[in-house]
Amino acid sequence: MNGGNAAWLLTATALVLFMTMPGLALFYGGLVRVKNVLSVLMQCLAIACVASLLWVIVGYSLAFGDGGGAQGWIGGLDKAFLAGITADSLTGDVPETVFVMFQMTFAIITPALIVGAYVERIRFQHVLLFSALWLLLVYVPVAHWVWGGGFLMSWGVFDFAGGLVVHATAGVSALVMAKMLGARRGFPRELTPPHNPGLTMIGAGMLWVGWYGFNAGSALAANGSAGMAMLVTHTSAVVAALTWMAIEWLKFGKPSLVGAVTGLVAGLATVTPASGFIGPVGGLVFGVAGGAVCYFAVGLVKARLKIDDSLDVFAVHGVGGVLGVVLTAFFAVPALGGLKDVAIGEQLLLQVLGAAIVVAWSAGASIVLIVITRSVAGLRVEPDAETEGLDLTAHGERSYNP
Amino acid sequence: MKFVIAIIKPFKLDEVRDALTSLGVQGLTATEVKGFGRQKGQTEIYRGAEYEVSFVPKVKIEIAVADELLERVLEAIEEKAKTGKIGDGKIFVLDLEQVVRIRTGEKGNQAL
Repeated sequence: MNGGNAAWLLTATALVLFMTMPGLALFYGGLVRVKNVLSVLMQCLAIACVASLLWVIVGYSLAFGDGGGAQGWIGGLDKAFLAGITADSLTGDVPETVFVMFQMTFAIITPALIVGAYVERIRFQHVLLFSALWLLLVYVPVAHWVWGGGFLMSWGVFDFAGGLVVHATAGVSALVMAKMLGARRGFPRELTPPHNPGLTMIGAGMLWVGWYGFNAGSALAANGSAGMAMLVTHTSAVVAALTWMAIEWLKFGKPSLVGAVTGLVAGLATVTPASGFIGPVGGLVFGVAGGAVCYFAVGLVKARLKIDDSLDVFAVHGVGGVLGVVLTAFFAVPALGGLKDVAIGEQLLLQVLGAAIVVAWSAGASIVLIVITRSVAGLRVEPDAETEGLDLTAHGERSYNP
Repeated sequence: MKFVIAIIKPFKLDEVRDALTSLGVQGLTATEVKGFGRQKGQTEIYRGAEYEVSFVPKVKIEIAVADELLERVLEAIEEKAKTGKIGDGKIFVLDLEQVVRIRTGEKGNQAL
């Protein structure tokens, strides 16, 4: 057991939980209307609880347990209820308890990212049911394929901290969900603006700090790989924020706070799959690409496709994650400052194939899942409840009682 | 006595208040309100999407003044609240029948 590595991973685990609770919750909460703030915070909290419980019961075992003959596809049930894991169990040179917890925080934030697609109109019962089943049907298998010894890992697909496992799965499923759920009443012309961009900024700051744990923690060690991951993560984030700001400034004459922090998160999502493999210059390029491509993806989804992916989960996380996975093939090689000795062409093929499989699985599984869950739990609230707001109608509380 | 209601741009409130108190106005009530006029709302842009904000935030001030002070009060509000751009607001003047100072029971001009 390596105490230094364990200490860093314990710390990183806390940072990643902080990304969801309360980082993502506040980031999303500020972007909705005042009548729905609490519902968004509650959805994030409830998902954190449900995902944690499922992770302990079967999630961890199916993602990281030994699948025997089916190892390429899914882990086994030998570690269900974390059976056999003691204080002395090790994963690599860190306690397995810490590894379980670290991976649990990823299993929490991934379904919570999808919240942004369905805010302001979904039934809370559906949030619980969908998130639970989605975790088992989409997140767990993909985590196993890429990180738990599954076929994408055997092929050598690079996904350092979850461009595919986290951002592509959540982003694509968010788009499917937004399409099947339908737009908010009044979308797109009659909606009122985000009620509190300041909360969004606070949440984005927490996501930023937490992302150090997310990406640098994914080295699973306190070493140079973790340090480089943190460095490129930060670089990509700031460059993407500046890129988004510059585009808005040129286009609309004003650099907006909401735009800049959205760019920041896009840069973080884009660099996630590459963070342990690329160098600082790669981080710069990822930032420019993530900021610019995600900016235009937002307009594509909402204005062209007319899909009310309300808080742009697909455009920021889905597009950013997949973009990062593809770019990794280029910037992972030493000639472009990277740390991996691979051939760009071969790796690019792997990265694209891996992304295509994960995107297809996320979309297909989500469609099937929503068809089932909507008949069991009902998708949308009644129109009156939507107009009055979910805070009062679903939770019986008001976010501000002056 | 007259009752003056003025709808002005929120950031002009302090200037208007200073001008009115220097004229000898003893008190006013200010309320944050929303509304629209010829300005017809405004557009805000978040993440590249335009949001039509059809009710624009304004401040409504209400003042009771003696007849002889009215013209100077109107001039002061007009001068201080004016930017020359659309959305500067309006002033309404009403006849005021009675005023009572609750603490002392004084009435009419004495209570202003």
